[in-house]
Amino acid sequence: MARILIVDDSASMRNMVAATLQSAGHQIKDAADGQQALAVAKADRFDAVVTDLNMPVMNGIDLTKQLRAIPNYKYTPILLLTTESSMDKKSLGKTAGATGWLVKPFNPEKLLETIKKVLG
Amino acid sequence: MSIDLKQFHQAFFDESYEGLDSMEQSLLALSDEDETDPELINTIFRAAHSIKGGSATLGFGEIASFTHVLETLLDEVREGQRKLTAESIDLLLQSCDALRAMVHCLEQETPIDVNDSKPLLDAFEAMLNDSGQSAVSEPQQKEVQKNLDDSDATVISSAQDAITQTFFSGDDGEQNDDHGEKRWKIVFKPEPQILLTGNEPLRIFRELESMGDLEVHAHTDQVPNFDQITLDECFIHWTLFLTSNVDQDEIKSAFDWVLDECDLDITLSESGDDDTVDTDDNVNTETRLQQDHINLDNRGDEITAEDDYGESASDDLEFVRASASVVAAKVIPEKTTAKKPEPSAAKSTSAKAISESKAIADKKVTAPESAQSSTTSIRVGIDKVDNLINLVGELVITQSMLSELGNNFDLEKLERLSHGLEQLKQNTRELQENVMRIRMLPISFAFNRFPRMIRDLSNKTGKKVDLIMSGEQTELDKTVMEQIGDPLVHLVRNAIDHGLEMPEERRAAGKNETGKIHLNAEHKGGNIVIKISDDGRGMDPEKIRAKAVEKGVIDAEAELSVAEIYDLIFEPGFSTAAEVSDLSGRGVGMDVVRRNIKALGGRIEIDSEVGRGTKIYVHLPLTLAILDGQLVRVGREVYIIPLVAIVESLQIKSELVNRVSGNMVLYRLREDNVPIIPIHKEFNIQADNTALDNALLVVVEGEGCKIGLLVDDLLAQQQVVIKSLETNYKRVDGISGATILGDGSVALILDIPGIITNASRSRRRNVSPRAA
Amino acid sequence: MDAIIEVAEINRLDKNDISLEGIDFISGGNQYLTFRLCEEHYGVDILSVTEIRGWDEPTLIPNSPNYVKGVINLRGVIVPILDLRIRFQIGEASYTPTTVVIVLAVKNDRMKCTMGFVVDAVSDVLNANSQDIKSAPSFGGLVAPQYIQGLVNVGADVVTLLNVEQLLKLDDEGLHYE
Repeated sequence: MARILIVDDSASMRNMVAATLQSAGHQIKDAADGQQALAVAKADRFDAVVTDLNMPVMNGIDLTKQLRAIPNYKYTPILLLTTESSMDKKSLGKTAGATGWLVKPFNPEKLLETIKKVLG
Repeated sequence: MSIDLKQFHQAFFDESYEGLDSMEQSLLALSDEDETDPELINTIFRAAHSIKGGSATLGFGEIASFTHVLETLLDEVREGQRKLTAESIDLLLQSCDALRAMVHCLEQETPIDVNDSKPLLDAFEAMLNDSGQSAVSEPQQKEVQKNLDDSDATVISSAQDAITQTFFSGDDGEQNDDHGEKRWKIVFKPEPQILLTGNEPLRIFRELESMGDLEVHAHTDQVPNFDQITLDECFIHWTLFLTSNVDQDEIKSAFDWVLDECDLDITLSESGDDDTVDTDDNVNTETRLQQDHINLDNRGDEITAEDDYGESASDDLEFVRASASVVAAKVIPEKTTAKKPEPSAAKSTSAKAISESKAIADKKVTAPESAQSSTTSIRVGIDKVDNLINLVGELVITQSMLSELGNNFDLEKLERLSHGLEQLKQNTRELQENVMRIRMLPISFAFNRFPRMIRDLSNKTGKKVDLIMSGEQTELDKTVMEQIGDPLVHLVRNAIDHGLEMPEERRAAGKNETGKIHLNAEHKGGNIVIKISDDGRGMDPEKIRAKAVEKGVIDAEAELSVAEIYDLIFEPGFSTAAEVSDLSGRGVGMDVVRRNIKALGGRIEIDSEVGRGTKIYVHLPLTLAILDGQLVRVGREVYIIPLVAIVESLQIKSELVNRVSGNMVLYRLREDNVPIIPIHKEFNIQADNTALDNALLVVVEGEGCKIGLLVDDLLAQQQVVIKSLETNYKRVDGISGATILGDGSVALILDIPGIITNASRSRRRNVSPRAA
Repeated sequence: MDAIIEVAEINRLDKNDISLEGIDFISGGNQYLTFRLCEEHYGVDILSVTEIRGWDEPTLIPNSPNYVKGVINLRGVIVPILDLRIRFQIGEASYTPTTVVIVLAVKNDRMKCTMGFVVDAVSDVLNANSQDIKSAPSFGGLVAPQYIQGLVNVGADVVTLLNVEQLLKLDDEGLHYE
């Protein structure tokens, strides 16, 4: 199963995503903001990253940009977890290099399905 | 799916309270500042945003719809489209309360009354609908509030419906008109950089494959010569035929993430010209136009529900029409705006860390005033946890070292064994201390509610109040903290209500118009002392006395000291309904305050000066706190004297002992004459040594005087964890608590002030002949 | 009633662990743990019994009534130990190998309290339905009536069932705070 990094400043959201993914056997690490996530990502390898957009210190878009600059994460699926349906944010995320997005509120089935999709 | 979302509820509740507290603090900070700090707005936005995300995911619709409106408003503020006025800050503060109440309802599993938050929601809707996008003007807001009852229910419910729709539409509306199998032709031309976002065309094809029969034609004509190939670019484009009963939207959803990075045409392929893989431009434009329409239709409800200002509707339209390059162009200016807050964010990191820790701190206590929610979880700083982990790590090392020793033990290893055991002792003690510290929280948890409260009270009363807080970092046990919140609120309310004068009155008295309320906390002799002082009118002992006589609380002839008179205000029945004002009269009187404080093993004192103000001291025990203690032995018993109370320990020289007034034994300590109190006599126990000569005397200080405690032996000094005797027994005179020593036995902690008071009382008693 | 009261055989496993062999735990009806104070038999609701410990010298509480033996550390909680024999003035308070401490706890809206009671020996578990429980005669006796829930005849013996909640209240003999 895959190793997945979850980034969200809300612990309950992090826990929910983590529990969902763990239920499918994935290994999870988490971080509360972009900067933490970057450190974790550098020290480890992940098959996918699921990140919130709005976070203190470093937001999801900047995190995506930074991750893409790391050779290991050049092609890694990065999914933006967002409540903002405003397309601007999505396209901003896309230009930063995000693979796709998940709309909060996520439902567990959909999340798993999406993860399965990107992991191929 | 076997995931029970219920397991996340408590975490969500905790987090929401926390978020609301930081939201409240940021709002208060905003209202104090002239310049709007973007980071404060961001914090507020994030709090609303997180609560919305969590509540929507967990299915708490009421909270989700409420926070959605908040978020929309805050987003406008964040984007600089709207200014926060004092009125809107007030509304936002009220919505913190409303949300807190809603979360509380969920926590208690009681239904949420949507009507409670409706006026607020109305006000926000009105604000949002105000196309001028300036703040709602005062009369308008009043209007909204006034119309609370006959507010246009349909508008709200429909707005809420719309919100709910956008939030809870798990899958986008499917309008499958016909379910017959269709053959779709999909022309997919990714841009070369598509791979850079981690999007793999194969993934998309696999997804399509899951929808029906898929036929893939790859076009390799654009692939450059081998030597020009770069690894991370995609030069192939595809024509796919999908035979399925899915509709166009579903197919498109597979391409959702790459829409900006490709040319995509999805058409119903006519049975006649199906296998021709053409790239006819005419067909393409037509289908693309068609596609645009579909997009617009789909996004219709989103636009009306979410974006009440027309601008973004056209943005969305722009987006749909836009080719990738246009989007890119459009993004550039936005990028800069999005980036702008970053430098300041970095700058304020430390400040934010502090405010965040405060937010954590606030959480436990800032529950709605009516109901005391004693949450069972506790938030602990990561440093404390890290400390514990380190200590456990050391413990494990010691343990493995010891078991290694034990495997093959002979006497030569004795020294290593005793060394190891010493280490184990050290580890265990440190571990214990650190575990106990987890329960200790800075008193700012209890104090942080006051800025908001004072703001509200000052608005309500028209009194000008300046709040000063100090010693907020003083640590106190969590349980005590939870219990002391309400009494403190009452005391502060009282200080404003009864203590501080109106501005005119203050001016007339030659004082600053703005009254001061000072909250201070400090550790004092094993207690925490919270001082609430005001510079108001003070209390007149004569008036209190007269009133107490009038109310029948005391006899007209009673002789009372000033302190005793002040104490009367804590008597039940002293304050009556007639004078219960809007502020202090919340059903609890000062008698309840005192009772609560006493129940915690604390006490309350008043000091006041007419015209100058009142000081109220709340002394609280650190029930579960750690205390530095001196272990002493008397006969077979070990007692603990708080180190802070000890002045010095000495061996009695008989020439310095003096007997006075018959029964009292004094010891001359330099200038002072210190009464000698033999512990064994006070406690009625056996001691080894009852003679004074050469005996050990521990001189302690408390309540402003010194006494010497006669003990048999001085043992170690150590930190002890204070345990309550009252949990299962009752208060014992002269004992403030108990602790568990290293060997598992119980040792009692001496209550020095108590012993001093006792001693002076019994001395007095000794003068008059004792009964029986 | 066919239960027979006999002193359970108590094996001292270690200082504070005691296994109670010969005690049958029969379900049905209310169960009472019976114990002996000198020659008299008493019972308490078994649900309020948290543990039975061996006697261990507690830490004295200064100026406490004579039946309060002191306090012990019960897994980090300070628990007072009272000697029921002294409190009820039944016989001599001697401390022998069978002397045990029954720890009783009540946790409800009215009170939350844990205390240990020194008794001469633990006897058995008694099943008693409400119809088996007779009210105590209102005269005589050293045990104040408020402590007595009722009497149960067991063979030739009488077991006095005690009201645990009352037992844990320290409100007699001027023990009340203040």
